[in-house]
Order: sequence, then structure tokens, then C-alpha cells
Amino acid sequence: MSISNKHIFGGLALLALAGTAIAAGADLGTTQQQATNWTAITMFGIFVAATMWITKWAAAKTKTAADFYTAGGGITGFQNGLAIAGDYMSAASFLGISGLVFANGFDGLIFSIGWLVGWPVITFLMAERLRNLGKFTFADVASYRFAQTPLRSFAAVGTLVVVAFYMIAQMVGAGQLIKILFGLDYMVAEILVGVIMMMYVLFGGMTATTWVQIIKACMLLAGATFMAGAVLFQFGFSPEALFAKAVEVHSKKDAIMGPGALIKDPISAISVGMALMFGTAGLPHILMRFFTVPNAKEARKSVAWATTWIGYFYILTFIIGFGAIVNLIADPVTFYVDGDIAKGLKGGGNMAAVHLANAVGGNLFLGFISAVAFATILAVVAGLTLSGASAVSHDLYASVWRHGNVDSATELRVSKIATVCLGIVAVALGIAFEKENVAYMVMLAFTIACSGNFPVLFMSVLWKDCTTKGAVVGGSVGLILAVVLTIGSASVWEAVLKYPKGSAWFPYNSAALFSMLAAFLTIYIVSKLDNSAQAQKERALFPDQLIRSETGVGASSASAH
Amino acid sequence: MAQQSSLDTWERIRNNPKFQAFVKKRNNYSILMAILGAIAYYGFILLVAYNKEFLSQKVAAGAVMSIGIPIGVGVILFTIILTWIYVSRANTEFDAESAAIVKEATK
Repeated sequence: MSISNKHIFGGLALLALAGTAIAAGADLGTTQQQATNWTAITMFGIFVAATMWITKWAAAKTKTAADFYTAGGGITGFQNGLAIAGDYMSAASFLGISGLVFANGFDGLIFSIGWLVGWPVITFLMAERLRNLGKFTFADVASYRFAQTPLRSFAAVGTLVVVAFYMIAQMVGAGQLIKILFGLDYMVAEILVGVIMMMYVLFGGMTATTWVQIIKACMLLAGATFMAGAVLFQFGFSPEALFAKAVEVHSKKDAIMGPGALIKDPISAISVGMALMFGTAGLPHILMRFFTVPNAKEARKSVAWATTWIGYFYILTFIIGFGAIVNLIADPVTFYVDGDIAKGLKGGGNMAAVHLANAVGGNLFLGFISAVAFATILAVVAGLTLSGASAVSHDLYASVWRHGNVDSATELRVSKIATVCLGIVAVALGIAFEKENVAYMVMLAFTIACSGNFPVLFMSVLWKDCTTKGAVVGGSVGLILAVVLTIGSASVWEAVLKYPKGSAWFPYNSAALFSMLAAFLTIYIVSKLDNSAQAQKERALFPDQLIRSETGVGASSASAH
Repeated sequence: MAQQSSLDTWERIRNNPKFQAFVKKRNNYSILMAILGAIAYYGFILLVAYNKEFLSQKVAAGAVMSIGIPIGVGVILFTIILTWIYVSRANTEFDAESAAIVKEATK
């Protein structure tokens, strides 16, 4: 691989995908456009061809709105678990975390753990209740006993805002990645991702979106397993021998065995932890996956499998990061700029796993890993688009605008129009934000999800005194506070808005701790003060909601035909 | 909720003390598991924030691996195991109890 002269901003974009906050200080380097990698492009072409064939198969099964939103409820817990894991095993968690381990060792593990811990909360508190109360979107669950118009409007806004921030980070990441993985132009990535994912969603709906994610997850797990296995094989399957060699060659020596500068103040650490833990339970593109399984039993199994695969994958990335240390530093001529370790890895710090693929598997395997890494973005963006389109067609159009008086065919048509519009918006945003610093956006999406969507969902399902007013006012307070406080934190105020260093007026890395508590408190106070007739009616409906959420009696069978 | 027969079903479930006890038991169990998960996670994070030396010490004299690595991997494995424990109990014992309550109400 040679380096073109085009020097492009970018390392921060990938860092963003990995969810910055904990690693806000870590510099993963910049990305530069590489020579065109035809092996990788061919492999990616095969992936696209295979997924298009699946989309064709899925299209034949996507006839009703229920098929479009939830694959007709025909996904098993195991399959859904893989798909959810696929949503998590993004390009960023693969390249970003292995790059972080490559640079700092142990700190990468802290990062992985931060991302994984959200899952039990979903299983223990949400999964089966979501499945029992919901139909197509999380707004179905949150608005079960409430006034439809205000609550669904809020949920749709919450969904679209989260999707927008998440999407920008993905689209910018796609543009940066295509330069380093395939050696193609930024614009090519925007158009490719926009067009291909639109075809998945438009023709194959949830069935195609799920299977694309499953295939990608399997390919990534297989590739990562091979790499970690090859690394351990080099050391006779002794982690101790691997660590000993890594400490010997790494410039930070023994410091890579313990925590470094990743966590500075405990308030930020806890706040970030809360954003990741409860934000996971408020991300619309994750929540919608619970409606694709036939019942609560399968919903629980999905989370257990998702947790298993994500945890396994993070352990692999840790080994891969250390494998990169011992393999890449040993051969600076091949992997470093000008063969000089001081100048950093070719293509930037996020390329550690990709270079390792070359080191242990040769050029063909390098192509495979590059193709998989790029495919991850495609699959995640498809899921985001589908959840955004569902919010528009099911919540805003069918429920708020038409008050439920709409047939399945019309609703399906509206969701397809929404898909095309969202696809165009995604490409436009990707282009508009090319040169912008988007490092904070994934974290902002998580913060909004845990401060707006999650409290509303949680309180409406579990607290009998919650009312429409309380939920909408409290959720809005959480959402707005999450955005405002994030703007005031150093990662936006100083890094994006360019105010002088030290002038950020919100002192922590993450707003979640404060905005989430404010949302819960507001929901509580406003609901308690709400004694309207509507509020009485809503409270009276709680016992029936409880029966359905706990036992599944009357639950939507998911397949509507 | 529309038909009369299912209205009766809901009425019977609501008034069945077994249902209330069941909800309480399962909620307590969920909350216990959630607290265990949170303790493992926040315990680890607070250890990172306040006692870096503890995590950096070696697993044994002369070893390279620090104690933080098995602890970190342990938190991941603990999370996975905790999830499976909950799911297996919920999918067998709790589902059976819930089905029995529903059956009692519909017969």
C-alpha cells in the first residue's frame, strides 16, 4: 500500500463511531487515502451481490406493513441476537477498539466493557415487556395507555433525532473508511452506502435488513476468530507469552498492562456509563428488533445471544489489538509510514486490525476484512433508516395524522416514500459533514436515547401513576437538556465550536447523568401534579397494561396475517 | 380487549392473588440481577478511577499479565452468564407460572 498525497481529516470520525467519550483524549491518528485495493473491492462486490439476492428473496415476503416493519415476526431469538450483535459490532468497535488496544493496551478493555454492560438492563427490565406491549415501534409501547398524538409525536421526534446523529457519524465514517480500506473517494462511499442500503430497506424491509446484519455479523465473527486464533497460535495459546512479547516491544512498556489516562474524573466515567447502559435501552433501531420475534421467550433469548456474541467479540478485539502490537511493530517497513514507527501506522491508528489481517492471513484475507469492515456500516445504516421510516409512517402518518384510519397498503407505501427521503437526507448529511468534527455525535445519540426515549418508555411501562403530560414534558426536558449540556461540554464547545480551551461551561464528558435524572424527576413531578380526567383514565388502564406486559395476554402476534 | 370473553379473562387475572405475587417475584428477581450487573460494572469503573495501582499489579510474582486483565474479562463473562441465568429461569419457571395463571383465567 502506498500513500497518496491527499491528506485528509478523519481519525476523529472513526473515534466517533467507537463512541468517543471515554476515549475522548485518545488520538487514533488521521486517515489518508490509500492505493486502490481491488481484492477488497471484489470481496465487497461479492457481499453486495449475495445480499441483493437475499433482498430479492425477502422482497417476495414483504407484502404488508407488518412484514416491512417486523419481518412478519418470523425471526428466531438466535437470529435476532446475531442481528442485534451486528448492530453493535460496527466498523468502529472493530477498528476503533482494536486500534485503542494497539495504542494503549488495557484501556481498550475498559472501553469494551462500557459498551457491553447495557445489555443485562435490557434483558431484565425491558425485552419481554417491549415484545408483549409493542407492535412495530417503541412508540407503540410507550403510548399503550396514553393519548396517542402527543406521545407518538414525542417518540417520533426522539427517534428521528437519535437516528439523525447516529446516521451522520456512520455516513462520515463510511467516507473516511472507503479511503483507507478501498482507496476510493469519499463521495463514492456516500453514494454506494446510500443506494445499496436504500435497496435493502425499500425492497426487503425488515427481513432483508435483518439478514444483511446477520450475514455481516457471522463474517465479522469468523474473521475476528481467525485473527485472534492465529495470534494465540503464534504464542502456543499462552496469553501470558503474548503479553510478555507485547510489553517488550511496545513503546509504553509495562504501562499497557494497566489503566492509563482513559478515565479522568469519576463523575464523567459514571455519566458515560449511564449513557451507554440506559441509552442502549432507548435506541430506536435496537428496540425495533424486539418486535421481529414471535414472543417474549424469543425476545429474551435474543438479548442473551446478543450479549454472548458481543462479549465474545470484544474479547477477540482485545487479543487482536495485542496481536497487532507484536506483529506490526516487528515489521515497520511494511506497516508504518516510511518504515518509521514514530510516524505512525499507514492509514492511521484505526488500521491496526486491518494490517494484522494482512500479517496473519495475507492479501486475500486483508481484502476480506476490509470488505467486512465496510459492510458493517452499510448494515447499520439500513437499520437506522428502517427505524426512522417506521417512526414517520407508523407513528406520525398512520397514528398522529390519520388517527389509525389507514390500510396496510397505504402505510406500506408511506414507509417506502419515507425510506427514500431518509436515504437522500443521509447522503446529503454525509456530504455536508465531510469536513466537520462529528466525534461527539454517537455519544450524543446515546445521551438523547437515555434521557428522552428511555425514561418515557420505562415510566410508562413500569410506573402506574405516569401520565401523558408527565411523559411528554419529562421526555422533552431530558432530550433538550441532553443536547444543550452536550453543546456546553468540551467535545463540542471547544472541539467543534472552536471556543478557547477551558471555556466549556459543562465540565463533564457526558450529560447523561444529569439529563436522565432531570427527565425522571420531571416525569414524576408532572405526573403527580396531573389530576385531569385524562390522567385518571390513564392510571385506570395500568392494571390491564400490566397484565399484558407481564403475561403476553392479548399481545400482538407480530404477524398480522 | 374488545370481546366480552377476553374482558372476563383480564378481570380474573387482575383479581387473582397469584398474578400479583408472580409479578412481584419476577420484578424482585429482575431488579436483583440488574443490581448485580451494575455492581460489577460500576465497581470496575470506580476501580479504574480510584485505584489504578490495584489493577496494574501482577497476577503473580514474575508474571507480565496484570490483575486487571482477568478482572476485565471476568466482568464481560459475568455479564454474559448473568444474562443467561435470568433468561433460563424466565423462559422456564416464570413462563410456566404465567401460562398457568392465564389458563386458570380462561378456562
